[in-house]
Amino acid sequence: MSFISYLISGISLGSVYAIIALGYTMVYGIAKMLNFAHGDVIMVGGYVTFIAVRSMGFSPLPAVVLSMAVCLVLGIVIEAVAYRPLRNAGSPLAVLITAIGVSYLLQNIALLAFGADTKSFTSVISIPKLKLADGQLTITGETMVTIAAGVIITLGLVAFINKTKTGQAMRAVSEDKGAAQLMGINVNRTISITFAIGSALAAIAGVLLCSAYPSLTPYTGAMPGIKAFVAAVFGGIGSIPGAFIGGIVLGIIEILGKAYISSEMADAICFAVLIVVLLVKPTGLFGKNIQEKV
Amino acid sequence: MKKFLSFMLVVAMMAATLTACGGSDNTKTTEAAGETAAAGETTGSAEGGVFKIGGIGPVTGAAAIYGQAVKNGAELAVKEINEAGGINGAQIEFNFQDDQHDAETSVNAYNTLKDWGMQMLMGTVTSTPCVAVAAETAADNMFQLTPSGSSADCVANPNAFRVCFSDPNQGVVAAQYIGGHQLASKVAVIYDSSDAYSSGIYQNFAAEAGNQGIEIVSAEAFTADSNKDFSVQLQKAKDSGAELVFLPIYYTEASLILSQADSMGFDPLFYGCDGLDGILNVENFDTSLAEGVLLQTPFTTEAEDDLTKNFVANFEAAYGEKPNQFAADAYDAIYIIKTVAEAKGITPDMSVSDICEAMKVGMTEASFTGTTGSDISWGEDGEPNKDPLVVEIVDGVYKLVD
Repeated sequence: MSFISYLISGISLGSVYAIIALGYTMVYGIAKMLNFAHGDVIMVGGYVTFIAVRSMGFSPLPAVVLSMAVCLVLGIVIEAVAYRPLRNAGSPLAVLITAIGVSYLLQNIALLAFGADTKSFTSVISIPKLKLADGQLTITGETMVTIAAGVIITLGLVAFINKTKTGQAMRAVSEDKGAAQLMGINVNRTISITFAIGSALAAIAGVLLCSAYPSLTPYTGAMPGIKAFVAAVFGGIGSIPGAFIGGIVLGIIEILGKAYISSEMADAICFAVLIVVLLVKPTGLFGKNIQEKV
Repeated sequence: MKKFLSFMLVVAMMAATLTACGGSDNTKTTEAAGETAAAGETTGSAEGGVFKIGGIGPVTGAAAIYGQAVKNGAELAVKEINEAGGINGAQIEFNFQDDQHDAETSVNAYNTLKDWGMQMLMGTVTSTPCVAVAAETAADNMFQLTPSGSSADCVANPNAFRVCFSDPNQGVVAAQYIGGHQLASKVAVIYDSSDAYSSGIYQNFAAEAGNQGIEIVSAEAFTADSNKDFSVQLQKAKDSGAELVFLPIYYTEASLILSQADSMGFDPLFYGCDGLDGILNVENFDTSLAEGVLLQTPFTTEAEDDLTKNFVANFEAAYGEKPNQFAADAYDAIYIIKTVAEAKGITPDMSVSDICEAMKVGMTEASFTGTTGSDISWGEDGEPNKDPLVVEIVDGVYKLVD
C-alpha cells in the first residue's frame, strides 16, 4: 500500500516538473536556446497570481489569466531586450550566460519588490481531494488538475505546431533560420511568439507549482526549473510529449529513490538516472536523431 | 569583434545585477552610519571617540527574515544606548553588512567592516557563515558575539561568544523536555541534512533520546535542493507509528510539512526548535495548521517582565511589528557588549586585540539579565547558561507552557 502511495506522490511531483518542462522544451525546440530564466518567470507568475488574489481581490481564474498576460509580456520583453541582440553573436554560449543573468535579475527584482519573506500561497484549485482504499491513499485536486493541464497543453502544443501556419513557421525556424527567412518567414516575430507562449505556460506552471507546494519566495522557481530542465533532457529536449513523460518519470524516480534508497540522496539518484539514460540514448527518451548532411 | 562585444554585454549585465543589489545595501548602511555618526558628533564627541561595532547577517536571500530582525534589534539597542550616553561615555557607531546567508559573502562583509574600522563584531546571524567568519576573527583576535549562530563551531575559538543556545544544547534540551513531560515515546525526525544547524540538533537529539526513553522510529532527511515535497518523509513517519514529529528545521519547510501532513490526514504532535520561530509571520499562512505545535524559544513577546515589555513596545513603535527571537538576541547582544565593556572599563582608543582580551575575561565574569533570559552567564567555551522556554501555538499566538 505504501508503494502505491509513494507512486501517487511521485506522479504529483512529476506532474509539476512536466508542466514546467513543457515551457523549457517549447522554447528550446524552436529557438534552440536554453532559457534558464524560465524557472524565474514561473516565480513571477506565482507572485502575480498571489498579489491579484490577495491584494486586488481577484477570483482565482481571472488571476491566472492576468498572470499569464503579465508573463507573456515579460517573455516577449526578455527575448527582445536580452536574447535577440545576441542571437547572431556567433557563440551560443553568449545567450546561455545571458539567460543565467536574466534569471538572477528576475530573482533580485523579486527580492526588492516582494521582499524575502516566505509567502504562503492559497491554492487556486478548489477540487476536493480523492480518497481511495479507506482513506489510505489521497490524490489531491492539485495533482489531478496539474496532470489534466499537462495533457491538454501537450496535445494543444502538438496540434498548434503541426496544424497552424504559425506552427509551421516555428518548425521552419527551428530547422534553419536562414532558409526560413528566405522563404519569407519573419524569424524575429516567430521567436517572439514562441517566447510569449513559453512564458504564458510558465505562468500556468507557476500557479500549479505554488498550489501544490504552497510556499512562495523569490527563489521558488529556481530549483524546480533546473529539475524540469533535467526532465526535458530526459524526455528528449525539443520533444513536447517527451517533456511531459520525462517530468512524470523524473518525479516518480525522485520519490521512489527517497523512499527506498535514501532521502538524503534523492537528487543524486535522479541525476545518476539521467546520466545512464543519456549514455544509452543520447537524445533522450523521445529525442529525434537528426543527421547532419554534409 | 562581435564575440567580444557580446561578451562585454554579458559582463555589463551581470555587473548591473550585482551593483543593483549591492548598491542599495551600501546606501542604506552608509546612511545609517551617517546618522549615528551625526548623533555622535552632537552628543558624545566631547567624551572622546566612538565604538565601531559591526554586524553581519542575511538581509536578502532565503534567510533574510533573521538578518533583518537582528539588524532592527541591534539598531534599536544602539539608538537607546547612544541616547542614554553611550558606553563609558563613548557613542556607538553601528554598521550592518549583508551576507545573504552565504559563507563567502560573509567573509567579504567581514573584510569590508574591518576596512571601515570595526572594533567588535556582533554577528554573524546564521551558523554556516558564522563558522567561516569565526576563523577570520580568531586570526585577527577580534571580539565576536553572535546573537544567533547556534552551530557548535561558531564559538569554538576563545574570542567568540553567543547569546542563543547552541545546537547541541537545543537537541539535548528538546529530548529532555519530550522525555521529561512524557509527550511521546515514539518519535520521528525530519531534518535538513544540508544544513549544519538542523543536522547538529538532530545528532544531539538522537544521542540524548535513548537516555530519555524515547525511541526514534524514523529519521528522514531532505536537502536544500529538494525541499518542496515531504510526502515520503511524512509517510514513513506515519507508517512507523510516531506520536510526535521532531522538526529541527526552519519555518519555511515546516510550513510545507504542516500543510502536507494535513492533506494526508496525519496529525501527530509537532515539536520544533527556534528555527520554527517566524512560522506565524508567513504571509497568508493558514495558522490553524500550526495549532498545537510546540517550539523551543529563548524569547516570547508574551513574557511579563518590564525589560521584555519595554523592548516589545519600542520595537513595535520603531518597526511596526512584534520582535521575534532573533531581534531579541541582537538587542541583548548589544547590551551585553555595553555591560561587559563598562565592567572592564574598555574605551574606544584601545586596540582591537586589547578590547578582545578584556571582553573575553569580562564575558566569563558577567551575569546578564535581558530579554532572552535572566542571570545568563558564560563559560570560557563561549556558551551561555540559561533555561529555554517552550511555547505552544494556541489560537495563532505563542502561549507559554511550563
